Amino acid sequence: MINLLLFPIIIPFFFAMILLFFKEQVIVQRVLTLIGLALSLVASLWLIATVKTEGIQTVTLGSWPAPFGITMVSDMFSALLVTTTISITFFVVLYSFSSIGVERERFFYYPAILFMITGINGAFTTGDIFNMFVFFEVLLIASYLLIVLGGEKRQLRESIKYILINVISSAIFVITVAYLYSIIGTLNMADISVKIAEINQPGIISVIAILFLIVFGIKGAIFPLYFWLPNSYAAPPIPVLALFGALLTKVGVYAITRTYTLFFVHDIGFTHQFLMILSLLTIIAGCIGALAYFDVKQIIIYNIIIAVGVILFGVAQMNTAGLEGAIFYLIHDMLIKGALFVLIGIIIYVTGTSNLREMGGLIKTHATLGWMYLIAAFGLAGIPPLSGFIGKVLITKGAFEADHIIGSIIILASSLVVLLSVIRIFIYAFWGPQKNELPARDKGVYRQMMVPAIMLVVVTVAYGVGAEWLMPYMTDAADVLADPSIYINAVLKE
Amino acid sequence: MEFILSILIGILFTAAFYLILSRSLLKVILGTGLLSHGAHLLILTMGGLGGLAPPVLIDGVTDFADPLPQALILTAIVISFGVTAVMLVMAYRMYAVHQTDNMNELRGNDEHD
Repeated sequence: MINLLLFPIIIPFFFAMILLFFKEQVIVQRVLTLIGLALSLVASLWLIATVKTEGIQTVTLGSWPAPFGITMVSDMFSALLVTTTISITFFVVLYSFSSIGVERERFFYYPAILFMITGINGAFTTGDIFNMFVFFEVLLIASYLLIVLGGEKRQLRESIKYILINVISSAIFVITVAYLYSIIGTLNMADISVKIAEINQPGIISVIAILFLIVFGIKGAIFPLYFWLPNSYAAPPIPVLALFGALLTKVGVYAITRTYTLFFVHDIGFTHQFLMILSLLTIIAGCIGALAYFDVKQIIIYNIIIAVGVILFGVAQMNTAGLEGAIFYLIHDMLIKGALFVLIGIIIYVTGTSNLREMGGLIKTHATLGWMYLIAAFGLAGIPPLSGFIGKVLITKGAFEADHIIGSIIILASSLVVLLSVIRIFIYAFWGPQKNELPARDKGVYRQMMVPAIMLVVVTVAYGVGAEWLMPYMTDAADVLADPSIYINAVLKE
Repeated sequence: MEFILSILIGILFTAAFYLILSRSLLKVILGTGLLSHGAHLLILTMGGLGGLAPPVLIDGVTDFADPLPQALILTAIVISFGVTAVMLVMAYRMYAVHQTDNMNELRGNDEHD
């Protein structure tokens, strides 16, 4: 199966095209979306198995040899991310059956999700820097539709800002690729890495590294560039928010990780130091935001920013433990953010408000929801044996090996702030007396919403408890990041 | 030739950022249009403007134009057209709902809804 790594990109794309013809038949759309995602999930699991046994998979489109044509590369890192993306989308789609509303479903909601998955998986898989820009645009244009779908007053106001930010960052992306092309003369990522190694990263390449950090940092929400995220993400309905929070920022994080471990590895003292300081500032800024709000959506949204900082801090260490931790934490964060957003979506549905001060006493009426939320919150904060713990241990281990004591302390302290911020939701929403009368809600809809939420929480718990079995895969992924020559040899093989 | 184009790109970027920082939404969108034009010209310039022959394989020609920046530009232009169209439609919808195109009045959070 030489084209196996293209399946997770092509299958959602194909189903999205078919769905465009069934605008009015909501049931057909739901069934076809689930079939498409299930098929892609099978393909991506098969891809992981293949990468595990046979090493990095590559496809050169049109059979042009590696540095000339567009190459698609699937190493363990991207294969794991592709699988996580598809499985989260599967659960969020299940959740949106009962929560998004038929009006939105009839206006190309499912095709937009599938197109976005196409773009995300493409960005994870591509081995060509300009092609990455194209896939970024695919996912961004689909996300423009998703964020404005419904056309509420608030959505329109925030989505125009979201689009503007992303258009400007795309323009900077094109500019950066143009600079890189003028110096290196190639677009193939493996070839770029070889050529940068030949000229030993002069100053201009470090400038390009920082430009890439700005571009991907806008998308991935690192410290000075996250300002657009809290308001824009709070505008769309919860399933869209869950997809955005779990997937979109992580594409930026993936791109930073890829470029900073493959291209810019010769002047670590400058570029990675810069990345590390920014990631620590990101954590601090995210912590301040997470404690400042009494709105459940905003608290979890600021937790996205904290997680981005933690992952990039792991990447900035550039040693095996740090990179392994970053990969483990990246996937953990995608899963747990999906679960948390779905759960607070149910809390908002049950109480009819997202303001913590107006909630209370839910544990008496909705005990399952409370326990699920508590497990997810502990997982996010990193209480062993849940999944946040292992990633953070590895990241701090990497930081201690690299003698970044202050950074490790900030990471560990941030866990406490994260725990405080999410437990505050638990205390205010589930404990105490009931403040307001709960609006009348359909129990059947509530149960339908709980099914995907419970499944996602079970997946995150399994991810943490089963870390022992997953570790070989993480090690494989980290090996490719730690040693760019594996990637280069796989792509540029004669 | 590259020198003149660099100045042109600089002028385009300056104008683009001036427009993007203005208050009227329509001017902001025009600004992003200029910004992407600047970026496209930059790709072309960065690939090198030399090359006497077209990028077609013929015997005996050594001084080709570089075909790759032209392919990149083509992709980027298509994308920026599409995104600009989306933005104009959304700006219109937003004007219809909010009755303003002043970015200062579009600030705010939940309390303003």
